[in-house]
Amino acid sequence: MMYNPQYEAMPREQLRQLQLERLQKTVRRVYDNVPFYRKKLQEKGIEPGDVKTLDDLKLLPFTVKQDLRDNYPFGLFAEPMSEVVRVHASSGTTGKPTVVGYTQNDINTWSELIARCVAMAGGSKGDVVQVAYGYGLFTGGLGLHYGAERLGATVIPISGGNTKRQLMLMEDFGTTILCCTPSYALFLAEEAGDFGVDLVNGKLKAGIFGAEPWSEKMRDELEKSLGIKAYNIYGLSEIMGPGVSMECECQCGMHVMEDYFIPEVIDPQTGETLPYGSKGEIVFTTITKEAFPLLRYRTRDISVLTEEKCECGRTFVRMDRVMGRTDDMLIIRGVNVFPSQIESVLLNFGETEPHYLLVVDRQGTLDTLEVLVEVSEKMFSDEVRKLEELEKKLGHEIASILGISARIKLVEPRTIPRSEGKAKRVIDKREL
Amino acid sequence: MKVQQISVFLENKSGRLAELTDVLGKAGINIRALSIADTSDFGILRLIVNKPEDAFRILKEDGFSVSITDVIAVEVQDEPGGLAKVLGILQSAGINIEYLYAFLEKSSNDALVVFRVEQIDEAVDLLAKHNVNVVKGSDVYKL
Ligand SMILES: [Zn+2]
Repeated sequence: MMYNPQYEAMPREQLRQLQLERLQKTVRRVYDNVPFYRKKLQEKGIEPGDVKTLDDLKLLPFTVKQDLRDNYPFGLFAEPMSEVVRVHASSGTTGKPTVVGYTQNDINTWSELIARCVAMAGGSKGDVVQVAYGYGLFTGGLGLHYGAERLGATVIPISGGNTKRQLMLMEDFGTTILCCTPSYALFLAEEAGDFGVDLVNGKLKAGIFGAEPWSEKMRDELEKSLGIKAYNIYGLSEIMGPGVSMECECQCGMHVMEDYFIPEVIDPQTGETLPYGSKGEIVFTTITKEAFPLLRYRTRDISVLTEEKCECGRTFVRMDRVMGRTDDMLIIRGVNVFPSQIESVLLNFGETEPHYLLVVDRQGTLDTLEVLVEVSEKMFSDEVRKLEELEKKLGHEIASILGISARIKLVEPRTIPRSEGKAKRVIDKREL
Repeated sequence: MKVQQISVFLENKSGRLAELTDVLGKAGINIRALSIADTSDFGILRLIVNKPEDAFRILKEDGFSVSITDVIAVEVQDEPGGLAKVLGILQSAGINIEYLYAFLEKSSNDALVVFRVEQIDEAVDLLAKHNVNVVKGSDVYKL
């Protein structure tokens, strides 16, 4: 069901007009209120009045994560603190967190977005929504909370952790929609058996999963083990939090809430805007936010946007699952390569926790790629012929997904270096 | 009649075989027979030991990729044509031999050879019919 068909199914021509008007207001707002943006725009010789069409978006400067850090804590806010009713912050692995702020209108917008998302997952008034995302500075918990309430659903604000209680309340309160990370949902499914809770035949019908990358294979597993439809939700606190995009019942990509955000795909190397259908870095411009508007924020997430009409009737463009991060991207023989692509091949070979390492080198003028794969017990065969076949098959699959050939080398388990439990994925020996 | 063989994945790096035999030796496991099949990158080490299940567990705990495969141990007359006779029996019945290798020690006056075939039960029956001695697993481990 569509929560707000007037916007969600707005004809694209009309939507583009709405986006332009909102973009113009946003550029005016940041020019007037945020010294950082005024300086950046002036450096580029742009006055707010110069934005005359949506294409002029290309003229605007990018914003990157470092800009947020440089302006810690409130330097990029476009409203005085007296108008800010809430702040959230994402934990910085090094140093200070990035801080975002919301006016009351921003919170209302966010609630609207999440209400749409829960409705996309088949939710409505009368549903019981268990929010098992963390509450607090992280945007997951409170984001889902306000939106589910806006929809009129009953919210269980249980937050993360305490698996036994999660399962007990799920059963006793008749939870119909579960919101958490996909990995935690898998964990709940595994534990349910031990606690004698039958989730498959219970009331649970949908899951809204996000905040970490996951795969189609995981979706199958989640849908089977929980007896639900599993939906992918996307967001980042810099832009709003969860609800920037979300899958509809077709489960064929996440509709970007385009009446609030303008998405673009760019080449992460050159910054050049790419057409729909190209793989690249996703960039968002917020066009209604008051407290924390951002122009062309580089997410570092790699995905694809498509404008093709969706069967659900929504007109918003869809973005694919995030395929990787620009930070991880390698350019080998001119082709963009992400370690996560190798991972997806290995997952398709039935590996649950593949360990692999990409070794990039250069012989003369030609880049070489070698992929080391740890031989798990599952892959191992007593026969040389079968192992050689495995190497060949892996090589073939990897070449077809990357678009360049790779040499596969099978190595012993636990021989690929791991740092703090997390495997190192790339060694680049090229001297560029 | 089957014998449990331990197979281990090894990279072609110097010292790995020594490390592995050291691990087994410290656990009091004796190697009765071994062979290595290798390519330019990796090898598969195949072992017959006195305690196959212990060896499997210890190697697994030590982080090796290891599996157990059923093979048969066949007494082959230690004279010209001895092996050819056994091969001929299996071949005429269409039993395909994946690989074979010899034991380090003899069981009697005869040589002991390990065969890996797909149709293992069929091979055992067939060899018995031709009066070829297939040695029991429990006897092999005790050698
Ligand atoms: Zn749709």
